Amino acid sequence: MSGFDKVVHSYEEAMAGLEDGMTVLAGGFGLCGIPENLITQIKKMGTRDLTVVSNNCGVDGFGLGVLLEDRQIKKMVSSYVGENALFEKQLLAGELDVELTPQGTLAEKLRAGGAGIPAFFTATGFGTPVAEGKEVREFNGKSYILEPSITGDFAIVKGWKADRYGNVVYRHTAQNFNPMIATAGKITVVEVEEIVEPGALDPAHIHTPGIYVDRVIVGTFEKRIEQRTLSQG
Amino acid sequence: MALSREQIAMRIAQELKDGFYVNLGIGIPTLVANYVPDGIEVMLQSENGLLGMGPFPTEETIDADMINAGKQTVTAATGASIFSSAESFAMIRGGHVDLTVLGAFEVDVHGNIASWMIPGKLIKGMGGAMDLVAGADNIIVCMTHASKHGESKLLPACTLPLTGAGCIKKVVTDLAYLEIEDGCFVLKERAPGVTVEEIIEKTAGNLIVPDYVPEMTFA
Repeated sequence: MSGFDKVVHSYEEAMAGLEDGMTVLAGGFGLCGIPENLITQIKKMGTRDLTVVSNNCGVDGFGLGVLLEDRQIKKMVSSYVGENALFEKQLLAGELDVELTPQGTLAEKLRAGGAGIPAFFTATGFGTPVAEGKEVREFNGKSYILEPSITGDFAIVKGWKADRYGNVVYRHTAQNFNPMIATAGKITVVEVEEIVEPGALDPAHIHTPGIYVDRVIVGTFEKRIEQRTLSQG
Repeated sequence: MALSREQIAMRIAQELKDGFYVNLGIGIPTLVANYVPDGIEVMLQSENGLLGMGPFPTEETIDADMINAGKQTVTAATGASIFSSAESFAMIRGGHVDLTVLGAFEVDVHGNIASWMIPGKLIKGMGGAMDLVAGADNIIVCMTHASKHGESKLLPACTLPLTGAGCIKKVVTDLAYLEIEDGCFVLKERAPGVTVEEIIEKTAGNLIVPDYVPEMTFA
């Protein structure tokens, strides 16, 4: 049974094996559904020269933004990085490399990576700077570019609930990139708000089946809101 | 008079049809949701993984796990579904979204759009814009017709790096509604009180002006 007990009890254990120069895939969209505590653990470990694949790079002082403070990130692969002054400073100083990738292409690169597909053709980016140096092929009269998929050494994921088998469900739009990220890491670590008893999650409602998950840890989350917008009246 | 931001949104809202799935970009496109015509139902797609975006929440219902692609807190409408980013872009890339509305810096007579990058300024990223323009058949670009300095944004050829090539057919500006056909802008409607001459003067790309150009009407 222990082979299927993926629960770990410390963040040190959760991120054990992370080394300088590795590629880390991180779930989240903006600050929604980000693995807050796993990011904090990477900061504590001081691991450097990381390539980080995530839709965004957090904000100053929160989310992946904290890994910029000690220059732990060498390269970011993202679709949008506009919310972060330190990011801008390091980018302009040449201390940080960025590979801007269209959001849907990024999602598909991760999905394909986890699914054993090395590359795929997409119309997204054809005729734009994104297509530079990439193979173009025509299908049914329309042009497509070849995009390689992405896998990583570590995948860090934020779930809502998990069981010890590593089955995960996400909450609302905190799902975002997390399910694809979970499939694309050599070691996939999921932090959740609650670990439930085996059988408590409906098998038909699992978002991420446990086969993709190596470690599960329960944490507490700040869940910072980036744009607090309310209805009037 | 040139249209206000709200009037541009009102004009675009006239293109909504009952049962449409619609993706609205950030800025003026977001305002289109405020002017859905009476008696029709549309469902808003937000590319972070929400189909059926509802109004902003209240203090009681606000939830950090419930946001739209602009990272604003939102609610889910009745009939909504929530899914991963890969699923979301399968909908977009697969052509399942009926109407996409987004802003731009420039468009040209070949249907090219530039909306994400100004060389020399900080590049923040394209987000989902490249996927949206590549996947959608029915796209409306909304923008001001000319810059503050009077330079046309409707060009013979885009000068900025493209977001998508040959994908735009409809443009609503503060001065006019135009379509792009066979390497030309075609003037379809003008804003109330705006002369054809002003539109000609502020359109740098080839412009076809029919004999009669109706004024836009607002209910």
